[in-house]
Amino acid sequence: MNIKTPEALAKMAGVLKSRPKPPVQILVSVGTCGLAAGAGAVLKSIYDEIVERRLENAVEVVEVGCMGLCYAEPVIMLNDRRSGKRLIYGDVTPQQVPAIIAAGTDSIAAGTRTIERSWYYPEFEKPEPGELQARIVLRNTGRLNPEKLEQYIENDGYTALAKALTTMTPQQVIDTILASGLRGRGGGGFPTGRKWQFAAAQPAGEKFIICNADEGDPGAFMDRAVLEGDPHSVLEAMAIGGYAIGANTGVIYIRAEYPLAVRRLENAIGQAREAGLLGKNLFGSGFDFDIQIKFGAGAFVCGEETALIHSIEGMRGEPTVKPPFPAVEGLWKRPTVVNNVETFACVAAIIRKGAEWFKSLGTTGSPGTKVFALAGKISKVGLAEVPMGTTLRDIIYRIGDGIRDGRQFKAVQTGGPSGGCITAKNLDLPIDYEALKSIGSMMGSGGMIVMDEDDCMVNIAKFFLEFTLDESCGKCTPCRIGNRRLFEMLEEITDGRGTLETIEKLKALSAIIKDTALCGLGQTSPNPVLSTLANFPDEYIAHVKEGRCPAGVCQKLIHFDISDRCVGCGLCLKNCPVNAISGEKRQRHTIDQSKCIKCGVCFRVCKFHAVDKK
Amino acid sequence: MKINLKINDQPVSVDSGCTILEAAEKLEIKIPTLCHFTMDCFNVEHRSGSCRVCVVEVKGRPNLAPACCTPVVEGMEVRTNTLRAINARRTILDLLLSNHPKDCLTCPKNLECQLQALAQEMGLHHLLYKGEQSTFNKDLSSFAIARDLDKCIMCRRCETACNKVQTVGVLSGVNRGFRAVVAPAGMKRLADTECVFCGQCVQACPVGALSEIDYKYPVWRALNDASKTVIVQTAPAVRVAIGECFGMEPGAVSTGKMVTALRMLGFDKVFDTDFAADLTIMEETTELIDRVTKNHDLPILTSCCPGWVKFLEHQFPELIYMPSSAKSPQQMFGAIAKSYYAEKIGVKPEDLIVVSVMPCLAKKYEAARPEFAPNGVRDVDIVISTRELADMIREAGIQFEELEDGVYDSPLGESTGAAVIFGATGGVLEAALRTAADWIAGQDVREIDFKAVRGMAGIKEATVNVGGIELRAAVCSGLGNARKLLEKIERGEANYHAIEIMACPGGCINGGGQPYHHGDTSRLEKRMAALYRADAGLPIRKSHQNPDIIKLYEEFLGEPGSHAAHKLLHTAYIDRKNG
Repeated sequence: MNIKTPEALAKMAGVLKSRPKPPVQILVSVGTCGLAAGAGAVLKSIYDEIVERRLENAVEVVEVGCMGLCYAEPVIMLNDRRSGKRLIYGDVTPQQVPAIIAAGTDSIAAGTRTIERSWYYPEFEKPEPGELQARIVLRNTGRLNPEKLEQYIENDGYTALAKALTTMTPQQVIDTILASGLRGRGGGGFPTGRKWQFAAAQPAGEKFIICNADEGDPGAFMDRAVLEGDPHSVLEAMAIGGYAIGANTGVIYIRAEYPLAVRRLENAIGQAREAGLLGKNLFGSGFDFDIQIKFGAGAFVCGEETALIHSIEGMRGEPTVKPPFPAVEGLWKRPTVVNNVETFACVAAIIRKGAEWFKSLGTTGSPGTKVFALAGKISKVGLAEVPMGTTLRDIIYRIGDGIRDGRQFKAVQTGGPSGGCITAKNLDLPIDYEALKSIGSMMGSGGMIVMDEDDCMVNIAKFFLEFTLDESCGKCTPCRIGNRRLFEMLEEITDGRGTLETIEKLKALSAIIKDTALCGLGQTSPNPVLSTLANFPDEYIAHVKEGRCPAGVCQKLIHFDISDRCVGCGLCLKNCPVNAISGEKRQRHTIDQSKCIKCGVCFRVCKFHAVDKK
Repeated sequence: MKINLKINDQPVSVDSGCTILEAAEKLEIKIPTLCHFTMDCFNVEHRSGSCRVCVVEVKGRPNLAPACCTPVVEGMEVRTNTLRAINARRTILDLLLSNHPKDCLTCPKNLECQLQALAQEMGLHHLLYKGEQSTFNKDLSSFAIARDLDKCIMCRRCETACNKVQTVGVLSGVNRGFRAVVAPAGMKRLADTECVFCGQCVQACPVGALSEIDYKYPVWRALNDASKTVIVQTAPAVRVAIGECFGMEPGAVSTGKMVTALRMLGFDKVFDTDFAADLTIMEETTELIDRVTKNHDLPILTSCCPGWVKFLEHQFPELIYMPSSAKSPQQMFGAIAKSYYAEKIGVKPEDLIVVSVMPCLAKKYEAARPEFAPNGVRDVDIVISTRELADMIREAGIQFEELEDGVYDSPLGESTGAAVIFGATGGVLEAALRTAADWIAGQDVREIDFKAVRGMAGIKEATVNVGGIELRAAVCSGLGNARKLLEKIERGEANYHAIEIMACPGGCINGGGQPYHHGDTSRLEKRMAALYRADAGLPIRKSHQNPDIIKLYEEFLGEPGSHAAHKLLHTAYIDRKNG
């Protein structure tokens, strides 16, 4: 296969589309999350069942990337092409497979869990009336087999590249991206078109375009989903970007902890080269472009573009002062554009459908969609793509189905360790880059960690800061030492050693770290502290003035007591790991506070709610 | 192109590409710095922007800007002394001190420490932040350089010295976050690395994280041991630098005062490494003429500098046939002292203690190389640096500035102008050319100032007519420059007869054991000028005319290159590619 012209591509897509297809399609989610949950065994069982029932010609099995339904993995979806009916099953076990296949789409197999379709709308690039999700970035993820180039081509793959190379000038490509208002999805929100324009304006010569796939925010996994589920969309976009800025080499910087994504990328690059979609003289335009993969060793700071570039160069992955900006002096001192995976995943769709179409979604300042990774205390953990401007309430309650176990919502952290927490009063704010900034948080890469009443906000701040502490490169003083001191102050507070003065020092030092740190990591590292301080001052004050942790999390500030509800059953006594509980049978037991390690076992095992946590 | 900006409301116009710090200097506005380091005469710039001590307010910019690495732009308005900037600076310093040992009184960099100076300058008398402090193991594994990483402030100056200037590549940032520190990869001990002990990192380090291994106490012990005869040799570059330790002007030649001070300290004899430098020229020039006339194993490389020799052994082991086999002056002195001189005065070699005063830290390592200890007795027993000698003089209560001039003892104290200039880059080659010219021409050539090989340039080339032979010579200082030149030779792009190489930029005047220059390279230029002044003022300026050298050959060695000379004065090099 060697696709040399747009016509050849169109012809091939036509042939693929008109190919007769089996009446039933079974999609099996085999992303990292699916495989970890047991999708491999489910898949094998499906194949076995098909052979057993001689359904080879009646059923098509498609191994797809993440469908976004992480809370219910392994997930499979049945599509009946004749009736248009479809069914999604979650928490599938290999044992359920025969019943599911036997039932088809006509009835629901007994003893299984089905998933409401409203959660998952891969085929809609605009939300259906009454629905929330729209899929541009995830347009193919969870729908196509990421290891098969034909499926990508069948679904308009590489037509944007063909269009750009054969009908547009590089400047027209940049103008389209500029007009679309696409902004960097890695977190900063810098207009992608402007980045491209800067690099394009540099004198001709060797230039580079880099895909930043060093996803590292705790709880963020949207880039992995795209790379595992739709690698060709990133390759196509990088080639378009390369054409726009005049780069013939693309580099994907991906963390080595994403082995499946790496494998699928390598496979996709190989296929694209073989098909002539990467390499020399693409679509006969005279434009050469190829892509290499570089591995990151799992340092969060390497997501910062200058650190990322140094890491590719074989240097220690740490940021340097800007200017010079990478667009002027980047990889190997050549003009370089660094874009995030999700940003690239939008590009081909924009070129294909135009800037106006993209702008019809989202808000004026932030057009398009954003993928969020829902995690934490939310009922339905998973990936959701919504138009910018959707409210947090819709995302958390309508897509995420609210808080787990019927608990009360307390806050949601966006922007990962660089972001801030958002409280109930802002749940109805339509969110985009500016809106999140205005309430003390940020878009970040799109992680959304939901917290409920059982989360202590001081402890949450400590958790995020500890992450930054481990991931700081240690280059500049405020980040290296300042964050360590912030962490120690938070520890003082959660240990009950803090005072009101500690809180003042926290605020003052946080402000100076933000003002003086060298790179984005350091400049945003105190955000979780500042935003919890701003939104939950009472919790901090309860810790330092009353020696009390309102959420009952901070071990040094809680204690367990046995009330008169105790019937003397002895269960707590038997379970206590340090023999801190004593008492006669059928008598009220007591806890020796000097021995108690506050593990909470007694609290959990007591059937009479006789153990109080204070 | 000129850029106009305002700093603290004062207009200033500077070249584009200038930093805020440079623009402020023009207005004589001082912005404190710590990690920033330059060595102007070698074009060395270290601007990592990592300490954040120099932050200033720039109108329109959301956060503070590091003055040392923020380029000026047209219309910029900078404020250096707002409450916001001062607060930030104080906090940064406070944070640095919160993870810095407070043992200033006993620190090797006490009063030379730039962190200490900054705390004094900024009037920081009360610390707000306390918490965990680093606890690394001290590295005292080598004979030359001590590392105390608890004091490392991550300014990365040593890294620039080691990697960019010297291209040795031993030091780099390791670990993350609070535990980040500059160290050899894998936190190896220095002795287990390719470190050449040039000590440029020690010169660059603003705090006590890097210093020399201190041998003052062993010297005191030897001086007070009645069973030992203790003699001392002083390297050429020491005499033009030691005065700085006593507040004398850089470039003062204090040879006489130094000799007097050494005698007062109790050394039995005060000798001069310059004597051995003349001896080195005798051997090396013999080898040079031999190789040039027979046209083999060219170019000949100098071998006086132990840092450079170790660099070659690790980095270019395939070229180890190139350096002259002549030992360095320090080791020639030791070998002669423990044989010729010991015999002369009737003392057993093991009862004769040879102490060296060197501008260098690698000399400490060189003296400890096993091949320089025949029968287990080291030729040079103890090596101290210029700084350590100054400490000893101070400790003994000697008023150095007030001393009368003394003269070196005989017979290992006589030297020539050719030997004095060993202390500057180009000096060894010039000394060799003076002797070679006479020997080849067979007469006393009068034109002896080979100015083309003088000066601070990192690589100097000259074609000189020596007794009718057109000799192509090059001089390199700084190992980064040496690497460039050697790679050219390997590629066959350069063709020389002789090359002088010194590990430290500028030569021994900028050695790792010299008084700290803190980036003020005008001090180095003055030291260099002083050496050439001293040379010009000496009656004898050619090594082979040193009467004591002539006597040494007559009485003991025979002639240059003889069997006896080879046994005592020559050595061989080791392939250290694999460690």
